[in-house]
Amino acid sequence: MNVTGFLAQLFAIALALFLAPLLTGWVNMCRAWLQNRTAPPLLQQYYMLHKLFNKDVVLAHGASSLFRTAPFIVFGCMVLACAIVPTLSTDLPFAPAADTIALVGVFGLARIFISLAAMDVGTSFGTLGGRREMLVGFLAEPALLMVIFTTALISQSTSVATIVETLARREFAVYPSLAFAGVAFTFVSLAENARVPVDNPATHLELTMIHEAMILEYSGRHLALIEWASSLKLYAYSCLGLALFFPWGVAAGDSFPALVASIPALLFKLTIGGATLAAIETVNAKMRIFRAPEFLGTAFLLAVLGLLVRLLLETRV
Amino acid sequence: MPALLSLDVLLIAALAWFAVGLAGLLAPRNTGFIAKILFPIGALVGAIAGATALRFLGDSPQVAVLAIGLPDLPFHLRLDNLTAVFAILLGFVSVGISVFAAGYFRHGEGTAPGLLCFEYHLFLASMLMVLLADDGYAFMVAWESMALSSFFLVTTDHRHAEIRRAGYLYLLIAHVGAIAILLSFGVMTKGSGDYSFDGMRAQQLSPFWSSAAFLLALFGFGAKAGLLPVHVWLPEAHPAAPSPVSAMMSGVMLKTAIYGLLRVSFDLIGTTIWWWGVVALLVGLATAAFGVLYSTVQSDMKRLLAYSSIENIGLIAVAIGLTLIFHAYKMDGLAALAMTAALYHCLAHSGFKSLLFLATGSVLHATKERSLGKLGGPIHRMPWVAWLALTGVIAGAGLPPLSGFVSEWLLLQGFLFSPGLPHPWLNMIVPVGAALVALVAALAGFAMVKFFGIIFLGQMREENLKDAHDAGWWERAGLAWLGLITVLLGVLPTTAISHINAATHQLLGVGLGERLAAQGWWMLAPISPGRASYEPVIFLCVIAASVLLGRWLVRRLYHGRVRRTQAWDCGYWFQGPRAQDTAEGFSQPIRRIFEPMFRMERHFPGVRDEKPYYSVKVEDHFWHWLYLPIAKLAGGVSTLIIRLQGGRIAIYLLYSFLTLILLLLVARPT
Repeated sequence: MNVTGFLAQLFAIALALFLAPLLTGWVNMCRAWLQNRTAPPLLQQYYMLHKLFNKDVVLAHGASSLFRTAPFIVFGCMVLACAIVPTLSTDLPFAPAADTIALVGVFGLARIFISLAAMDVGTSFGTLGGRREMLVGFLAEPALLMVIFTTALISQSTSVATIVETLARREFAVYPSLAFAGVAFTFVSLAENARVPVDNPATHLELTMIHEAMILEYSGRHLALIEWASSLKLYAYSCLGLALFFPWGVAAGDSFPALVASIPALLFKLTIGGATLAAIETVNAKMRIFRAPEFLGTAFLLAVLGLLVRLLLETRV
Repeated sequence: MPALLSLDVLLIAALAWFAVGLAGLLAPRNTGFIAKILFPIGALVGAIAGATALRFLGDSPQVAVLAIGLPDLPFHLRLDNLTAVFAILLGFVSVGISVFAAGYFRHGEGTAPGLLCFEYHLFLASMLMVLLADDGYAFMVAWESMALSSFFLVTTDHRHAEIRRAGYLYLLIAHVGAIAILLSFGVMTKGSGDYSFDGMRAQQLSPFWSSAAFLLALFGFGAKAGLLPVHVWLPEAHPAAPSPVSAMMSGVMLKTAIYGLLRVSFDLIGTTIWWWGVVALLVGLATAAFGVLYSTVQSDMKRLLAYSSIENIGLIAVAIGLTLIFHAYKMDGLAALAMTAALYHCLAHSGFKSLLFLATGSVLHATKERSLGKLGGPIHRMPWVAWLALTGVIAGAGLPPLSGFVSEWLLLQGFLFSPGLPHPWLNMIVPVGAALVALVAALAGFAMVKFFGIIFLGQMREENLKDAHDAGWWERAGLAWLGLITVLLGVLPTTAISHINAATHQLLGVGLGERLAAQGWWMLAPISPGRASYEPVIFLCVIAASVLLGRWLVRRLYHGRVRRTQAWDCGYWFQGPRAQDTAEGFSQPIRRIFEPMFRMERHFPGVRDEKPYYSVKVEDHFWHWLYLPIAKLAGGVSTLIIRLQGGRIAIYLLYSFLTLILLLLVARPT
């Protein structure tokens, strides 16, 4: 591990920390426009983080040490996820630290901590949120793994960097399996990032919320870290999706000019991706919680179909 | 005088355990002596056995013949690398459990502590002898003493009828399994009468007979390990036994069955047929899916863990199945990968499942309660136990950076790089298998969150939980030791694999170790770094650094003020402990989604009920579809036979007379 590589890695992480709230703000703006509302400013997320960091932490009497540790761990997991996903370059020193399966594991670790923290105070909504989050999690995780396996079979590797390199530098060909995987991945990302139609990030209506129900008892810096971590998760998922299905423009080296040169492409892709996400959220209605298994089951089946298509039809191509 | 061989040390360790057990019988009621002196000595013996086996790894096999046993069949013993890997597991895991037991058995419940000490150490010694045995006879003797000593341990609290019932079921299935194992040995001797393992290795079996031997072994060892459909004793016996015994049975004894299966299918039979692997794979997948689904809906904390053990054994069987398939097709690298996954999961599961069982023991002692619905909040009273249990929970959910993840990662890698098998439909099984394994891993996370969240977190559901106290130092030390094993296996997978590599080499002729060693200790890349790699150290460092740095920066730039007040809960007024999810409530989504998989009896309250109540009881389909019909059949046959017993002596005399006449008619002098 050389110094340039390490610095490039730090740069990628810092960029993720900086861009993630911006992405969330951009999605919220687009959504407001599409819904004929006055849009909040693009930097709204920063204002909110700053405000929350300044506020006191108000802890419930029943909160244990786990409750206070969990936001930091969740935040750490998301930073790691952003370090692994090739946002700017495929040749960063932390890339071999975890392949795609481990990446799913990082998200799983964060999910377990946030669900446990939700159950910690022992309120009705907290446990409800924790249970629902685990429900969505165990439905989404296998589907995500299947998506990843499809891409891994194409590139004969589970390392994110190798997958992206293979997909970016292949001769242009249409892979039907990738189409299946892409649709499944979209479904999974909507569910995992607590978006409509599975969850609604804007609601505090008791019976429909999932993510918000879990973090009801959080305040101050803890809440700020969790909100930041949610933004980072959306950023990581977006970058992963973009890297897997639109892999062009990601640098192959870790030199500084190459990294900087790949930023415009990333920004462009994220802008389009964020707008698409807002459009999906606008044209869909939130489902009942027990429709979520059907939704994610469809994603799982699509992903398995993609895998089978890859194995049966494309192996001889 | 020649230096002591490792085999001798292990043999002495087994004898020492036996002696410690006997010493317990000298003062059966002296709890202090037994708990604070004998159990720690047992732990020390375990550490010596584990260290000896660890140092032996990679050496050539050592054999010995003991002058006990049948006249023409003395006990053959042998220490090779496969034995050594499982002896390491037995030794080091038993250290944690014995240290914990030193604090746990202080009250002397049920059976007298001295007797318990004897049974416990006999159990340990016989498990070690199972691993060392090198002929069918010695193996069966050790196997049976293991089954019997554990039966008496399970029925420690024999005053309860349900515990006696659980013990009976365990004994019954253990013996059905033992018969199958014996028959398998019989098939492998090919009628030569040579029951030593060397004799079995020398026999060349026809495909039919070798398949028979394999299937019998799979059934027999599966009955001990808890494979479908002979798993029913596990969820009964584990909750019945005292917690250190459950930990020992789940953590170590199930692995001796895996050892037996590996020994027979890769060493003794000598050939491998590809469809064996398919059988093991399918049985394993079914077991894993079944176990994890049922573990999510349990309301008793030890039953939940018992079903989770079934799931993990299923995953090990899946890995063994993959190994058999790859081995049959001579795909050596992949076979080594799958075998490593199987062995690694044995080690990982031993560590974290023993840890979790022991944690339930501490909770049980502190609260006298093992139903999830009556617990809650011990993290405030017992932070040590809670945080150590959390280590086990994360490993049990198969999440990085702890031990459970490494083996699941290896297993998924094995699935992923399997295309290229000669049978097209085998290639179809593989993605379906990988999908199921992924689902099982995700559901395991659900079960573990339920386990930890309902037991340790939230408000106290009952008044008496306020008196709970943290575990004593012995118990904490035992838990911490197992937690350390879980963390080390998770963070240093390459080092661990380079050790178990010797066993993979012995069974398959290839291993992963050389390739891994070339990449450095921090990186796990079983095929090549470009294909797949995992560096848990960096993983852990990045998370830890962001946690610490984040905390420091927030304090530095802003402040660290904290206020305490009532929970908000959206302003909802009722915040009592009853507002939390019960165990049944938490698993409601699972019961709803996978409804056909369960046999449920539910009672819903009506609109006008004066005293409304809700109850749900989830039962095992196998019990109703398989076991009760068999029991009914056996009962029916017995009632027919019982008619022979008239109860009058004249009738019995008539039987004797008739038999005599018949014999005179049939038998002729030659």
